[in-house]
Amino acid sequence: MKTIFAKSVPGRCAWEIESDAPGAADMLPAGLLRKAPPRLPECSELDVVRHFTGLSRLNYSVDANFYPLGSCTMKYNPKFTEYVAALPGFSRLHPMLAQLSRGAACTQGALQCLHETERWLCELTGMKAFTFQPMAGANGEFTGVKLIAAYHKARGRTRKKMLIPDAAHGTNPASAALAGFETVNIESRDGMVDPEALMAALAAHGEDVAGLMMTCPNTLGLMEVHLPRIVEELRKVDALLYYDGANMNAIMGKMRVGDVGFDVVHLNVHKTLGTPHGGGGPGAGPVGVGERLLPFLPAPRVAMREDGSYRLEYNLPQSIGYMGPFYGSFGVVVKALAYMLRLGGEGLTRASEYAALNANYLKKRLEDVLDVPFARRFCAHEFVASAPEGMRALDIAKALLDRGFHAPTIYFPLIVKECLMAEPTETESKETLDAYVDALREIVAQGKADPQSLTDAPVSLPVRRMDETAAARQMVLTEDMA
Amino acid sequence: MSNAPAGILYSKSHEWARLEGDQAVIGITAFAQESLGDITYVELPQAGDTLAADKEFGSVESVKAASDLISPVDGEVLEVNTALEDAPEKCNSDPYGEGWLVRVKLSGKPEGLMDAAAYEAFCATEAH
Repeated sequence: MKTIFAKSVPGRCAWEIESDAPGAADMLPAGLLRKAPPRLPECSELDVVRHFTGLSRLNYSVDANFYPLGSCTMKYNPKFTEYVAALPGFSRLHPMLAQLSRGAACTQGALQCLHETERWLCELTGMKAFTFQPMAGANGEFTGVKLIAAYHKARGRTRKKMLIPDAAHGTNPASAALAGFETVNIESRDGMVDPEALMAALAAHGEDVAGLMMTCPNTLGLMEVHLPRIVEELRKVDALLYYDGANMNAIMGKMRVGDVGFDVVHLNVHKTLGTPHGGGGPGAGPVGVGERLLPFLPAPRVAMREDGSYRLEYNLPQSIGYMGPFYGSFGVVVKALAYMLRLGGEGLTRASEYAALNANYLKKRLEDVLDVPFARRFCAHEFVASAPEGMRALDIAKALLDRGFHAPTIYFPLIVKECLMAEPTETESKETLDAYVDALREIVAQGKADPQSLTDAPVSLPVRRMDETAAARQMVLTEDMA
Repeated sequence: MSNAPAGILYSKSHEWARLEGDQAVIGITAFAQESLGDITYVELPQAGDTLAADKEFGSVESVKAASDLISPVDGEVLEVNTALEDAPEKCNSDPYGEGWLVRVKLSGKPEGLMDAAAYEAFCATEAH
């Protein structure tokens, strides 16, 4: 497909906005004005519509097909939440209004939404309070580890080590390092944190351990059986426990992380609570804390007055400060609230049950197709499998694209060889899962009969197999748009 | 399965060390490069840096993943293989030769490393 710039024809245009409003030339000093007009594409309205409609049809989305990308929870997000967030009372609200002297009176509905969402999330996780400021999951992780740092600092001590099991999410070490911690890798055994490795790390670093970041169920899709022991051992040195909420879709209504002993959690509302995934739009990564981290939450916080009205609380002397603008991505929070209200506690529990049911069904059906480790254990919302001996996960992933499926996550986690990590989510039907199994069975049979045919895949997409090695070795980071 | 050359030592994290008097040349094994796939970038220490056994001293990136390099020995870096900056693929094509990573002046006797036979047996348990 040509770029919109290549489709430009001099003098062609759609329509011009006629306005008496002052232009840049009326407001800027002459020296700052550009000498020539910018080189923008010149196209008719129909050119533009066809161009972007064409691009959108090349795009792959969960609205079109199955998307079992492990660890990403690409479930279908119902459209009604978009309707709710677009209500003018929400969408036209200025974020400064609540902060003006009498602004709270004009923004009671919005403040109530934030407050109620916080109550919902506290109920779901067993935490005491949430902040909505973090703009996405990784930003939430960063906020969480900053809170852990603030906790130790308030007790007059500097702790430098963050323990991270090797079956945790890859962003955990990055977030900890960004907050100034040194990470200590805890090896797993039989798919679980190795208690001996944990004890060795605690013995080696003792009271220099600030906390441990846990992904549970872990990236193998398994619930951690040593959780009570891990909590107990960390408590002994007053180290805090971080729960990576990216796998929250597995445990809603089943385990409240605050009850288990976690001190801080971030939630990926785009994974668990039906808000849109990425795409350059705003995200949200609310962070919840237990009693011990409560004083350090970012300011402001929404508080309820005795008469039931809401206000913004700024008097938080131990707060770690702003982690994002205003109250976070307000529209995204509204979508999460709408989703929770629509499903209710029972519906959220059922969502997690179906997520686990679908993953276990898929895992069982693929046991004679792929090499499935931990086959005797139930998985949670996702599971890992290795490509059959002699086959590559990459080739299987590309061949799935030819059959209209998004590939599962490949080569992650690193501790599984030729790994294919699939997360079907609760929103997929048995028919879809069966079709995916059939496709994988066909691909593996094809790969055994004719290995070359798999290395050629994909053959039916707009682009063929990318040369990933060349792309990584000779990076071209700019493009001439002409 | 890849054949590990005799006469050099191997670590469980798939690095090799070839001892030459009080020096050692370090690289990654054929098993490591096969598991990683096409290597696209190698990050190495600088001459003069100190290496500690079982501690990270750099990283390799492939199309699949980024992995830490774990030193099999204690010592000081004398020389790094700068050819890998432009040609990291040497780690794939010749891991025991042109794909070497660093030359180290040993500060202690290497410990806990395997010979070729033991390493091959170890790799067999690591594969499926």
